[in-house]
Amino acid sequence: MKTLPIYGTMAEFDSAQRLVEAARRTHEAGYRKIDAYSPFPVEELADAIGFHRNHVPLVTLIGAITGGLTGYLMQYWIAVIAYPVNVGGRPLHSWPSFIIVTFEMTILFGAISAVFGMLALNGLPMPYHPVFNVPRFAFASKDRFFLIVFATDPKYDAKGTRQFLEDLHPRSISEVPS
Amino acid sequence: MADHLEETTGANKQAPVIEPGHTFATVTDKISAIVLTRPTSMGWVVGFGAGFMVTMMLLFALGYLFIKGTGIWGINIPIGWGFAIVNFVWWIGIGHAGTLISAILLLLRQSWRNSINRFAEAMTLFAVASAGIFPLVHTGRPWLAYWMFPYPNTMQYWPQFRSPLIWDVFAVSTYFTVSLLFWFIGLIPDLATLRDRAENKYAQMIYGLLAMGWRGSARHWARYESAYLLLAGLATPLVLSVHTVVSFDFAVGIVPGWHTTIFPPYFVAGAIYSGFAMVLMLAIPIRKIYNLEDFITDRHLQNSAKVMLATGWIVAYGYAVEAFMGWYSGNRYDHTLLWNRLHGPYAFWYYMLLLCNLFIPQVLWIRKMRTSPVWLFLISFVILVGMWLERFVIVVISLTRDFVPSSWGMYYPTRWDWMTYFGTIGMFLTAMFLFVRILPMISIFEMRTLLPEAEVKPE
Repeated sequence: MKTLPIYGTMAEFDSAQRLVEAARRTHEAGYRKIDAYSPFPVEELADAIGFHRNHVPLVTLIGAITGGLTGYLMQYWIAVIAYPVNVGGRPLHSWPSFIIVTFEMTILFGAISAVFGMLALNGLPMPYHPVFNVPRFAFASKDRFFLIVFATDPKYDAKGTRQFLEDLHPRSISEVPS
Repeated sequence: MADHLEETTGANKQAPVIEPGHTFATVTDKISAIVLTRPTSMGWVVGFGAGFMVTMMLLFALGYLFIKGTGIWGINIPIGWGFAIVNFVWWIGIGHAGTLISAILLLLRQSWRNSINRFAEAMTLFAVASAGIFPLVHTGRPWLAYWMFPYPNTMQYWPQFRSPLIWDVFAVSTYFTVSLLFWFIGLIPDLATLRDRAENKYAQMIYGLLAMGWRGSARHWARYESAYLLLAGLATPLVLSVHTVVSFDFAVGIVPGWHTTIFPPYFVAGAIYSGFAMVLMLAIPIRKIYNLEDFITDRHLQNSAKVMLATGWIVAYGYAVEAFMGWYSGNRYDHTLLWNRLHGPYAFWYYMLLLCNLFIPQVLWIRKMRTSPVWLFLISFVILVGMWLERFVIVVISLTRDFVPSSWGMYYPTRWDWMTYFGTIGMFLTAMFLFVRILPMISIFEMRTLLPEAEVKPE
């Protein structure tokens, strides 16, 4: 993989409103490899940068179904095959009493998949990331909003992109070293 | 629009969820300063020290228990359950409010929950941890407790999945795990805030490790929000199931007073009732000591009081149905049980339970009581005592007077019972003290979303 000396160009904004507008305009201008950073979830932002493929619900569903099947089949195997206990001739496959553990396993696997699926899809943990090189980026977890155009974007050129971002009237612009 | 009208006409005089005048920066600074810059006060040291000493008492009581066995407790046949199960159910119930606040109120879009969900979730974790100790040590040989989990072993043995006690193992361990995950993912963005704010190098490293490199990317937030919402959706049926399963421990048995279908809803309502009482007992001193009245406003106190009032009536309905069924069933044993509750050796405690859970909390109908922190604190304490008595009444009265008079007995807790019980309260408080000192006790990023400046107008 070729490494560029510059990771991207980053613009800083005052409010979520301004960031969403800027992100939308950047996306409309044809930039595709962009990202936006905010100190709290902004619903419109993912749409503005053109991010629509959220697989967390699917991962959670698969996890939950796996959990439910595991729970039920485990109980079936234990109660009927591996360790049958005959209590007065009652059926070994006593499914109503298996419902609770099946339910709990569904929830457990679903929850674990949701959390670890989210982290994995987000590529976390990743303690180091080039955006942290920008000193002002520390405010991204407080009250500032950032937009970045990555250098890998085909439309990216250091000067032109900088000029484009200037026109969005940000508070500040910085080059992100990689 | 409707809100605006109500405000101008003064029809809606409800306190705000967050006091006006705050910005992203002030919210961030105020909450993170409690952890990062505020010096450790003498009060914290004394409170933590006291809690820690009581925790040591717990370890002492448990240590002696491991040497001697459960004979040091007041339990004996016919009362095999005693304090261990009373306290287990009490603690698990307290935990329920945390999940209710964080999950169910999130799904219901009750944004006022944002300022109390974090420490309510912490409360859940510590309450469930305290609860977990009891059934574990009650097994008598806690070092073999892992036998309850299904794992391949040389004994060729597998657990009995038709037993409510095994259901309980799965319900409670799932509940603890899911609560921990929910709490932790809620913390990640705030840990990133602390990482960026911390001056101390070690604090930066530790918060940085825990934040896992969170940088607030829009892609990350989108996945994060769906994971958070899905967790809330999963935790909602879970929390209702946990106390239901706990109530099955009783309801699946045939002992009079236990074998009833009212138990699951009645236990769940009681759990939320006591849980909100604990939330208030924690929130009221915390908001006073840390000057958080801007974030935990009278609105939060009022709403919690209303939840207690509502769940208190569901519990009251449970008592009424129990009494009614004792009479209406025509079953001699159920009838005797009712008689025993009203006139038997533990009748005093039954009346105390009615006083604490049914009569005293009715003062919450008065608006002044719902907004007065002092009164709410006292009423919450009464409710917590009342809910503990409820479990005592259910466990002890039924077991001391079952079917045949020849197997009747009495139950008297020993000092070891009390030491273990108070010890878990100490452990709970120690954990809470540590929590408010090292982690943001209010969710910073969720508070930011409540501010008017967080709004994005559609194009």
